[in-house]
Amino acid sequence: MSKITNILLVGVGGQGTILASKILTHAALAQGYEVKMSEIHGMAQRGGSVVTQVRMGKDVYSPVIEPGEADFIVAFEQLEAYRWSHFLKKDGVLIVNTQKIVPLTVLIGAATYPERILSDLKERVGRFIELDGLELASEAGNAKATNVVLMGVLSKYMDFPEDSWQNALMARIPAKLLELNKKAFASGVAKAK
Amino acid sequence: MKTLMTGNAAIARGVYEYGVGVASAYPGTPSTEILENIVKYPEIYCQWSPNEKVAMEVGIGAAIAGARAIVTMKMVGVNVAADPLFTVAYTGTRAGLVLVSADDPGMHSSQNEQDNRLYAAFAKIPLLEPSNSQEAKDMVGLAMEISENFDTPVMLRTTTRIAHSQSLVELKEPMERLVKPFEKDPHKYVMLPAYGRARRLIVEERMQKLAKFSETVAVNYMEMKDPSIGIITSGISYQYVKEALPQASILKLGLTNPMPAALINEFAAKVSKLYVIEELEPYMEKEIRLLGIEVIGKELFPPYGELSVRMISEKVTGQKGISVAKPFDSPLRPPVMCPGCPHRGLFYTLKHLKLIVSGDIGCYTLGAMAPLEAMDTCICMGASISGALGMEKAHPENAEKMVSVIGDSTFLHSGITGLMDVVYNGGHTTTIILDNSITAMTGHQDNPSTGKTLMGQPAPKVDFVALCKALGVKRVSEVDPFDLKRVKDVIKTELAIPEPSVIITRRPCALIIKNTEKPLQVQDCTGCKMCLKLGCPALSFDEENKTALVDQALCTGCGLCIEVCKFDALRKAGDA
Repeated sequence: MSKITNILLVGVGGQGTILASKILTHAALAQGYEVKMSEIHGMAQRGGSVVTQVRMGKDVYSPVIEPGEADFIVAFEQLEAYRWSHFLKKDGVLIVNTQKIVPLTVLIGAATYPERILSDLKERVGRFIELDGLELASEAGNAKATNVVLMGVLSKYMDFPEDSWQNALMARIPAKLLELNKKAFASGVAKAK
Repeated sequence: MKTLMTGNAAIARGVYEYGVGVASAYPGTPSTEILENIVKYPEIYCQWSPNEKVAMEVGIGAAIAGARAIVTMKMVGVNVAADPLFTVAYTGTRAGLVLVSADDPGMHSSQNEQDNRLYAAFAKIPLLEPSNSQEAKDMVGLAMEISENFDTPVMLRTTTRIAHSQSLVELKEPMERLVKPFEKDPHKYVMLPAYGRARRLIVEERMQKLAKFSETVAVNYMEMKDPSIGIITSGISYQYVKEALPQASILKLGLTNPMPAALINEFAAKVSKLYVIEELEPYMEKEIRLLGIEVIGKELFPPYGELSVRMISEKVTGQKGISVAKPFDSPLRPPVMCPGCPHRGLFYTLKHLKLIVSGDIGCYTLGAMAPLEAMDTCICMGASISGALGMEKAHPENAEKMVSVIGDSTFLHSGITGLMDVVYNGGHTTTIILDNSITAMTGHQDNPSTGKTLMGQPAPKVDFVALCKALGVKRVSEVDPFDLKRVKDVIKTELAIPEPSVIITRRPCALIIKNTEKPLQVQDCTGCKMCLKLGCPALSFDEENKTALVDQALCTGCGLCIEVCKFDALRKAGDA
């Protein structure tokens, strides 16, 4: 991989985007890539929109991904996929967990949750994958493993050997939760095929 | 061995490797995680102070006494710490003293966008600007060396993209942690005017010596490539320049106060067109222009917000980058008060009573947002109480419909003096202290009212009732913010009485208690939507069936909506 690969992980505070990015960077570092990762903390912790940016390649300078520059967007929630989709490159891949988390602006009636999210995204994005990660994670044993399901999907597009992903899971996930997370990861891999 | 680290974790590692003995701070984004990482090294003494001025003074004391010290804060914290900073610049310290200022271009989580490099110039202290995590760690060592060799405090200035971005860092073994013995030297450390005047001259001599040092220090260097474009840059902007203009020649400055005049002249002579690329103020640009050098800077780049690779590439080459699709119109998802948050009921009541609310800084500032919309001002840490006094003096007739709201940690930071002023100058305003037993917004740090220190030691808890009484407030009441009826009654009573009063709302942050309540159920909802006015993320409305819905995963069972519902449609699980 001579060029830089840009990956955006977008979701809602509390969905586990940070752990997902740690698994991803652990696997990327094992390939000898230079890796930079950027997040914005602070007020965003309180159920707001969150984004983690991962850049990997030979020489990576900026830690920030700009609109139109993402090779991959992994969206943990539909509306967040919609909000960030203009960050995708023309031939980039959009992976969407179809879960909906309604923002407060919609709950109080100040806005409406867009109905056409998936159809609009399909129209715009050539390489589009949708999945019910929540259900796959529940089947694996815990709904909270949705983040790991999504990393399973993403892994099919990375040129990392399978064992570097397994090592990353082992390094980043507590031993007693490892088996169910391995199952969750495998179900994501299967979904991407 | 190389490890992926944030700038903040790398600074903490530098503190470990370069023999620092004492670290102090008040939490503030994007600086907070420095101390949260330092505490993982048990050989370093570290502490949260009640505010940044106190943290600075603790650091100064430690460094005068002989231990290397570091003090960290967000950029607005330096305003609070400026008083001791400007004078310790005269005295210097026996062991190294470093102030980390974490600036926030783009205002990701701050109330203003001040560029604290100007503080370094103003206080006449050396300034270091790292460009990645490796430099952030290395510069802790360089800052300590400069501090000791030139007998001056040093500012290490990061920005959000340095503090919160991860990049690879090479770890080293720590050096020995030596503490020099204390030595009396009042001419140097007692800043009476007579002694201060002598130190004043030393400050100027020191800056001249530092200017020479700046010419040869390794962190100031040229990367000569194509001489048609030359860029002078520092901090995160260096990374953007490297990516945007891979062929350009660069003068990268790590030590930016004082600036290396000869090096800048040499670089300017080598390139045909010279740019200075820096975020926020034209800090380096002005210094370069003072040397009589023509340079392109803020006529191309804005003095606000963050720079980007694309912006730099487009402005310098004049060529438009790739076209980007228009974003879809998406409803906003701002941060919100959590389900079960003790602040929600209070702000619901303040809105209901149509009060003027003088606000402060913390999670509760979210009470300004829809649907609660119950805050009228928020300026800086501690401004709520003193601001309310000013409002009352301008409009004495409003004293009965005005309150100030302030969190436990913010009250201890700088609210106490404001309350003292209310008592002293005959104010009648009602102060509400929102005691959730933690410094919540920055990620749950302990403070003098929580009973625990940063290093996990038990500590006495500040008694808010006794403290307010000692300041001269005779009327102090305590309420449970979930008891909406009593909250409303107490506020109305205190507003009606023409003397200062304090109401303390007591309930721990919903994120720090182990919740045992079951989520609520909905039965026979009339569809009045009253409960939605609480702005609770666990409550939504089914338009088709005209009924409120409770998200069973989010609801903490706090029961606030039970109190608001007039039709008993919301119930505890199991209640008939």
